[in-house]
Amino acid sequence: MTRFLAIASTEMLILRRNRWLLMATVIMLLFALALTFAGSAPTGSVGVDMLTVSVTSMTTLSVYLAPLLALMISFDAIAGEAERGSLSLLLSYPAGRGEILLGKFAAHLAALAFAMTVGFGAAGAIAAWFGGAGAESLTALARLIGTSILLGAVFLALGYLVSALSRSATAAAGLSAGLWLVFVVLYDLGLLGAVVMDGSGTFTRSIFPWLMVANPADAFRVWNISASDGVAMASGMVGAAQTLPAWAAPLSLALWPLLAFALARAAFKRVEP
Amino acid sequence: MTDSALTIEHVRKDRGKTTVLDDVSLRVAPGERVALLGHNGAGKSTLIKTILGLTPLTDGQIRIGDAKPGSAVARRTTAYLPEAVSFHPALTGREQLQLFARLDGQKADITGLLDRVGLGDAMDRRIGAYSKGMRQRLGLAQVLLGNPKVALLDEPTSGLDPISRQDLYAIIDELAANGTAVLIASHALTEVEAQTDRIAILRKGIKVADDTLENLSAQAGLPTKLRIRASGDHADEVAEATGGTRINCASVEILCTPDRKMEALRRVAAMGEVITDIEMTPPRLEDLYRHYAKEGAQ
Repeated sequence: MTRFLAIASTEMLILRRNRWLLMATVIMLLFALALTFAGSAPTGSVGVDMLTVSVTSMTTLSVYLAPLLALMISFDAIAGEAERGSLSLLLSYPAGRGEILLGKFAAHLAALAFAMTVGFGAAGAIAAWFGGAGAESLTALARLIGTSILLGAVFLALGYLVSALSRSATAAAGLSAGLWLVFVVLYDLGLLGAVVMDGSGTFTRSIFPWLMVANPADAFRVWNISASDGVAMASGMVGAAQTLPAWAAPLSLALWPLLAFALARAAFKRVEP
Repeated sequence: MTDSALTIEHVRKDRGKTTVLDDVSLRVAPGERVALLGHNGAGKSTLIKTILGLTPLTDGQIRIGDAKPGSAVARRTTAYLPEAVSFHPALTGREQLQLFARLDGQKADITGLLDRVGLGDAMDRRIGAYSKGMRQRLGLAQVLLGNPKVALLDEPTSGLDPISRQDLYAIIDELAANGTAVLIASHALTEVEAQTDRIAILRKGIKVADDTLENLSAQAGLPTKLRIRASGDHADEVAEATGGTRINCASVEILCTPDRKMEALRRVAAMGEVITDIEMTPPRLEDLYRHYAKEGAQ
């Protein structure tokens, strides 16, 4: 336990020292505020409060930004140490590999959670102050922050996975960019193409929703949108998500961090520094 | 219970089709300093990594005291200095050493250790601003953490200036005096010559020598080199009389085995005025190393 804490506190120190924590928080804050103000126009016409509209915009933002920020912290975690020659030294100490990975994960996730909470929280508070908020829209905000942290956890662990598989930090950075592109952009494009081809056949009606929710980024979107009528209305995206049982998206987003971490742990085990 | 701190028995390591280590056996007793020499790619670093349990063995076994490599006990009692080590540039030397001390699970005098390796003034500066030599010293400081039973140093002098090297060997001597078995993989032959108790040489993963410097010299029977300077144009004459080779207009070089050395000297001395100077070079570790590492002699 002391070893886990030693790793976690050192990682946290590094994130603070190299200003990563500050940068991530500022990025989240700026984007969230910009979207909240820019997106405040349609409030009257749809008939929901400003916080709901703000949460909808921020959901779209978080799908892109949470994985990106997470991968930016995590890609270096193993490959960087290996490149510096400090990985073999670290592994010659009594700390186990699982302990090391978990320590890094805890610190990175805490930093990400801080950035998300401050960014979305501040934007949400401003939206609520100016445009009003209800119990439902506050729940939606809390859900957005919670699920963003979960989504970040998935991509932190996936970042460790590519970091363990790469020979150098540069290769790990490249692989991370590829990973982001596949999960966040290409997967959706592929599904969209398949749906267009199929029209309203069996694929579109019964397979497509499940395939969609199998991707953590889409599961994040579906969960946030389908859980709140207001958000769904404001986003105008009600269709596909409604054919799925309510537990599908939360289950996917809850399982992914575990799965990704297990994969990263297995890959790290095979690393010979 | 074994009397050696580190026991390596018939270790074999295959990487794909190549054999990196082949039937290597080595023992290091507590307080003993052993130099591990070999070309790049001879298997020195691989051997160290197998001792640390970072690389699995194909065959054979290694014990640290009575513990297996990579076990909790082995990791706690082994210290390691990787070749050309670097640390996270955002941390200070003190923070980095604190992390290692906490991982080791021991209370340590961090300030004292950093003073000991000469980083007293720099301990609160970021490692990013350290020179290569300072990073190496920081690496050495973590070796001293928690009185290790076995210390494995991979090229410890790389990047150090001559004064720092002296300091480093003083620290190594201190470690050994406290009962730590020290294994030093190195290229810096001249220093190793004076600073170690025993020398093991690896060639292409095979141990070709393992003994004290004196015994290795005797076994190898390497020639002593006599360089004779002749006066005027007598060089040819001298070369003919002594059976040496002329290397320039005034000098002759004679190679003779240890037992023939005195005889050759007497013969040269008898030539009188013709000889102006004699320079004698006994075989050095470098020659010895070349002999064992290249010729393939056992």
